[in-house]
Amino acid sequence: MKEKILRIIEKNSKLTSEELAIMLDCSREEVEAAIAEMEIDKIICGYPTLIDWDKLSGEKLTALIEVKVTPQRGQGFDRIAERIFKFDEVETVYLMSGGFDLTVIIRGKSMREVAGFVSEKLAPMEAILSTATHFVLKKYKENGIVMQNDEQDERMIVSP
Amino acid sequence: MRNPLNNKIVGIKPSGIRKFFDVVSEMKDAISLGVGEPDFETPWHIREEGIYSLEKGKTHYSSNAGIKELRVEICRYLKRRFDLDYDPLKETLVTIGGSEAIDMALRVMLEEGDEVILPQPSYVSYEPCVIMAGGKPVIVELKEEDEFKLTKQELLDAITDKTKILILPFPNNPTGSVMSREELADIVDVIIEKDIFVISDEIYAELTYGEKHVSIASFPGMKERTVVINGFSKAYAMTGWRLGYAVGPEVIIKQILKLHQFAIMCAPSTSQYAAIEALRNGDPDVEMMCEAYDGRRRFLLHEFRRMGLSCFEARGAFYVFPCIKSLGMTSEEFATKLLMEEKVAVVPGTAFGDCGEGFLRISYAYSIENLKKALERIERFVRAHKQ
Repeated sequence: MKEKILRIIEKNSKLTSEELAIMLDCSREEVEAAIAEMEIDKIICGYPTLIDWDKLSGEKLTALIEVKVTPQRGQGFDRIAERIFKFDEVETVYLMSGGFDLTVIIRGKSMREVAGFVSEKLAPMEAILSTATHFVLKKYKENGIVMQNDEQDERMIVSP
Repeated sequence: MRNPLNNKIVGIKPSGIRKFFDVVSEMKDAISLGVGEPDFETPWHIREEGIYSLEKGKTHYSSNAGIKELRVEICRYLKRRFDLDYDPLKETLVTIGGSEAIDMALRVMLEEGDEVILPQPSYVSYEPCVIMAGGKPVIVELKEEDEFKLTKQELLDAITDKTKILILPFPNNPTGSVMSREELADIVDVIIEKDIFVISDEIYAELTYGEKHVSIASFPGMKERTVVINGFSKAYAMTGWRLGYAVGPEVIIKQILKLHQFAIMCAPSTSQYAAIEALRNGDPDVEMMCEAYDGRRRFLLHEFRRMGLSCFEARGAFYVFPCIKSLGMTSEEFATKLLMEEKVAVVPGTAFGDCGEGFLRISYAYSIENLKKALERIERFVRAHKQ
């Protein structure tokens, strides 16, 4: 049942536990207990809202930074990753296989702000060997949702 | 000048749905629950395969019966899902949607004046197709207290010396009714004893909630007297691709193939290539869509009952069929007023046969947000008109 709940709320976290209970043919209490349990276990980590900031006037800028680091004795990449993700500007940090070690996605108000973060905060860290910054030009799809979606229901309004 | 038209065709009344369509399409911000096709788009990997076939220049006629690879996949699928055994070369024909298969099957099987038992409420095309094929439709009015299933007694009562075919439309559009193995077993004896044939329209076979669909052709003694109609529209959200198929006894399929060859030539090649991909790798998509429909189905049943409208537990297709008799309006009045007052389009049950009077077909091929919005409006309407 947990997986069924997750498959529904992954796409729409606004449904009430009562509505979920109806859809899954169980009681509201069961849904609430399952969700509470998953919150404690950090299977559900939060309920953020997916926003297309580009549609507002005060634009925000997203950059993806490839970072190469020296892993540290006893702690591997975790310690340096933590030092990076503690910054508020940092939205996402992944440990990668392949040509570089960490993917860091940051969000800033301007190119200058992003550049400042990279050159003053990130690059000088001792364990960091190199950075390569890529600015996002346009978001097509994020978290499974198509951003610039003005698709309409193309179906005929009534059909047999 | 002479009358340019055939009177039999002129005499067939146009679909009751059409009239409604014209009104709704003029209306701004109306919410429709009247659509008989999935809200999902065809899964991308299936569309991609269609595109790829175009890129490779596979733009020619296929063999009349359909691409062999596709027919092989269809037979594998029928075996895997419904335990049906058909020969891809002799007993399988790919058609333009299930509709063509229904029409052609009737035309090759009926002699002028043969009777066809047609349970209603059901899909709008059966009756005109029977008439055009020279048959005489004998309507069996299914009842809500039987959950709109065909009972043994109803069938027996409808059979005469002239009965040749029974059309079996389950899972049913518009009621959402399904027939279980036991319920089918009940009528199988009658069918065999009375020596009649069955056209089993199983286009919604993948969309059942609870028990898996059982095909009547899987009963001993039934394969040789059944034409099974199925297709890709509902299960894989491929309505616009126009692709279906018929499987059945070689003697019948052979004649359908002949008709199909002269009238149609072959189903669209692009759709056929896409359909191969659907059958090979589409199971997870079907499962995902089915799960989504099931949640919405429960939501609608719950909401209608909460409003005080009786609504039997539909377990198939993507429709619920609530009863509005308690409001003292006909189906058509209800649907028209609802559209005018609350701008929600639903299809009156009468579009699917006279015995649909007092019911509405509500489609849940819509997002849950959409359904919630529409149901709020319907509830307001029901409150206002409750006597």
